[in-house]
Amino acid sequence: MRTPRNTANCCRDFTRTELFRQASAQAGRGLPPIEPGMPAPAGTGLNRRSFLARGAGLALSVYGAQRLGFRALEEGVAAAAAAPPQPVLVSLFLPGGCDGMSVLAPVGDPAYASLRPTLKLDPSAGTAFLEDARLRWSPAAAGLSTLHGEGKITVFPAIGYDHPDQSHFTSRHFWEVGALDTTARFGWMGRYLDLAGSEANPLQGLSLNGDLSPALAASRVPVAAIEKPEDYSFWIRGVDDPVLEPTLEAFGALGNLPTSDAVRAGARQVATEVDTVRRSLAPFATSDGSPSYKSPVTYPDSDLAKKLAGLAAMLDAGLPLRCVAVDADGAFDTHSNQASGLPADLQTVCDAVLAFQRDVEARGIADRVLITMWSEFGRRPQENGSGTDHGAGGTAFVVGSRAQGQMVGEFPGLAQLDPEDNLRSTSDFRALYCALLEQWLQFDPSGVIPGAGSFSPPAVVKS
Amino acid sequence: MPQLLPSLTPKGAKKSDPHGRRKNAARKHHKKRKKHHKKRHHVKHHVPPPSVPPRPNPNPGGGSLPPAPDLDHRNAERLLWRAGFGPRPGDLDAVVATGLDATVKSLVYPSGSATLNGPQPTDDDGNALAPADAWGHDHLWWLDRMVRSDQQLVERMTLIWHDWFATSNDKVSDQQLMLNQNATFRANALGSFKDLLTAVTTDPAMLIWLDGIENTRWDPNENYGREVMELFTLGADRGAYTEQDVRELARALTGWRADWTDGVGYGNFRFDPDWHDATSKTIFGQTGNFDWQDAVRLCLANPFHASFFVTKLWGYFVPTPPDSATQAALQKLYLDSGYGIAPVVGAILRHPDFYADRALVKPPVVYNAGLLRLLRRGVDTTAWAWLGSQAGQQLFYPPNVSGWDYSMWLDTSTWKARSDIVTYAVRDAAIDPWSNSTHYSTTESPTDAVAAALAFLSGPTLTDETRKALGDFSGSCLPSPMADWEQSPYRAMRQNALRHLVLTSSDWQAN
Repeated sequence: MRTPRNTANCCRDFTRTELFRQASAQAGRGLPPIEPGMPAPAGTGLNRRSFLARGAGLALSVYGAQRLGFRALEEGVAAAAAAPPQPVLVSLFLPGGCDGMSVLAPVGDPAYASLRPTLKLDPSAGTAFLEDARLRWSPAAAGLSTLHGEGKITVFPAIGYDHPDQSHFTSRHFWEVGALDTTARFGWMGRYLDLAGSEANPLQGLSLNGDLSPALAASRVPVAAIEKPEDYSFWIRGVDDPVLEPTLEAFGALGNLPTSDAVRAGARQVATEVDTVRRSLAPFATSDGSPSYKSPVTYPDSDLAKKLAGLAAMLDAGLPLRCVAVDADGAFDTHSNQASGLPADLQTVCDAVLAFQRDVEARGIADRVLITMWSEFGRRPQENGSGTDHGAGGTAFVVGSRAQGQMVGEFPGLAQLDPEDNLRSTSDFRALYCALLEQWLQFDPSGVIPGAGSFSPPAVVKS
Repeated sequence: MPQLLPSLTPKGAKKSDPHGRRKNAARKHHKKRKKHHKKRHHVKHHVPPPSVPPRPNPNPGGGSLPPAPDLDHRNAERLLWRAGFGPRPGDLDAVVATGLDATVKSLVYPSGSATLNGPQPTDDDGNALAPADAWGHDHLWWLDRMVRSDQQLVERMTLIWHDWFATSNDKVSDQQLMLNQNATFRANALGSFKDLLTAVTTDPAMLIWLDGIENTRWDPNENYGREVMELFTLGADRGAYTEQDVRELARALTGWRADWTDGVGYGNFRFDPDWHDATSKTIFGQTGNFDWQDAVRLCLANPFHASFFVTKLWGYFVPTPPDSATQAALQKLYLDSGYGIAPVVGAILRHPDFYADRALVKPPVVYNAGLLRLLRRGVDTTAWAWLGSQAGQQLFYPPNVSGWDYSMWLDTSTWKARSDIVTYAVRDAAIDPWSNSTHYSTTESPTDAVAAALAFLSGPTLTDETRKALGDFSGSCLPSPMADWEQSPYRAMRQNALRHLVLTSSDWQAN
């Protein structure tokens, strides 16, 4: 079970939420019934099947399309791959509620120093933010600063929604489903794929997290998660090298035995498939942990960087991806020890994003992919001593060669906060979604985002 | 639900049913008591009764049961796996010595209450389980009974009723109510189906699960009324009932209510005559001011019930349908005994078809419990709850009202979970290849290694081809030549590997 890192500094609710979500994803069922009123993550209840997309060389967990056999999915992937390349949207989530004021520090705001006596950025540190003299990129966000200087980032300095919910679970759910609706069961990208996607290509909605990403949960079409290599590595107690490999091979040998009994034959067929899936290499790494592809650039050493490097290789190979979801490494729920923990986690993300952009540029596919970076909320301007508590307005970034590059909504300033002393939002995440659908995916948002007509989509993509 | 009878298993019909995922919606609805009840959408079209006799034929004619076979080692193994949770070491010899008649009788008519042999179940830290409160402990609590109870068929029948009347805590959201329902299943496991159905119809967990407490004279809710006929007593698309019967039966079932308390849940389940529709209903052509007890009685008296009951029950034990003579004899046993479950199960356990060489995949929880019994290990880790979930069967959380799909137990994900279950189960039983204290043989031959592995596992019946493949593996899995220091540890690994291969083989997964 994946557990959040740095849990010591997280609030209990965040840790618990993460664990519940993990348990729920593993079970492929509903959440443990401990928290009445908690929205179930989109996609809860979708069954999961392990599927080897042979043409793509990927071991996948496929969600949905239960009626379709694996052969139909193979054909669906092949057919989609033969079609002209589609724009790809990557949703990069920073779990825990990232402190936007630690990405773009409002060093020029008169209230900053008093609200952040211990966490404040040295006014000479980092780099200037050219769209607003009050703000400075923190040194940890140097990767974003570089790309912003090249006009490749559309910045949302204070994004959120009216009547912000400060539950990790609920606010994240809102962002995932693209609506302020606790009962919604499918993700906003999943709904887009339901309308625009294929009934047989699970790669169109791909989670790099090893389990279904709620934002991708679809009701009609299949979506997939990359199997984590460790998810399909077998541990047999008391069996190691050199006996382990022959033992695993024997799964397949036993599965291949002929039998006239239909039930036994079915069980053996599954054992044969187990062996096939096991032998297939994950796209990110061979069984010894080294990449199974060559990157034209050097990536930093992090899980996110490995995933993004693999993603660039998959896009370059022409795999029919359309929406991709990936979670950042690290936990951004920095209630305590923020100064010692957050910069490193932030830098890991920003460095990986910069490397990915350089990779797709080198491969000549930078015009095909756009990243949207988000977190469920920002954090409270007034620090709590060694960290910050849950806030409202946060930051989001649209990154890519095709990003419009002009800030959306101004930084609202610290002089006037919302009634709960949180940063006021100057843009709405649903407007961002509408803009991405309309300007990037070339799709009418009205069927995807409830109430789309009431948002004025900002310009986030170069026309 | 067993996959035996296609006519009883409307494939796909339940897949899109939102049952069990309407917790919040149900609560909101309860609070508001909307005037217009939102109809549940059953993705199903009404199909006229077939012109050929429906499966199962409600009137198969007369017939008698064939003589029971002898109880040899193989048959004893079959009996203890399908009527319980597998043999413990030594059980097979004891059962063979006892003989078929006496063994079946002791299974079907156990005396007194069950004894749980062995240490009490605990979590990983040795603490007692909290089945009513802690997530997963409900699964562990029942798994422990499966492992330790000396009334194995009672537990197995309880599992069958949990699938037959599949209720999920996903919606019920109250582990204690689920445990109470489980106790009802157990108390009536081998008694009268009429008593069982009567108890289930007013069981609080079921009243939540299929909206009995939403079913009022003002806003009839057809959920239980439909399922009690379709899945519990009569079967769909056989001509046993009409859509009008569903509506009328729902009205007969009105009157049950409960109180909702925030932070606590539902309580005070009761029949309230003011909420009951006391007017006339016409059900299966009979007219009267029927209530919920009449609803139960009418379903059981429906001429399509006995054939549904015996064939569905048969499907949990035998993968091929009963011949018409057998079906007729079972129906007669059932009706003559006044809806007795034990006589029918007893006859199935003595039937030659039960012992035929046709495999059934063990349900994941049976697989898990059987491993623990074989290894003489109790429940001492919470791992079984999440492993059970990964293997496709978390107790108290069936996927929908039609229960688990018994034809879908194995896929590449659940197969791996079963392999992981074996790895967890042999925690204390596996040989440590690098132990300084125990030194495994430096000379054991490939043939002897296979024999030792099978002996360790109490000599399970394997097909010839699997046995031969194990021999091939045993003869080829070690490097050659081996240095002196490798002789013992590598042979220990081979022994562990052979055991794992047997326990994950199709012969052991399905038998």
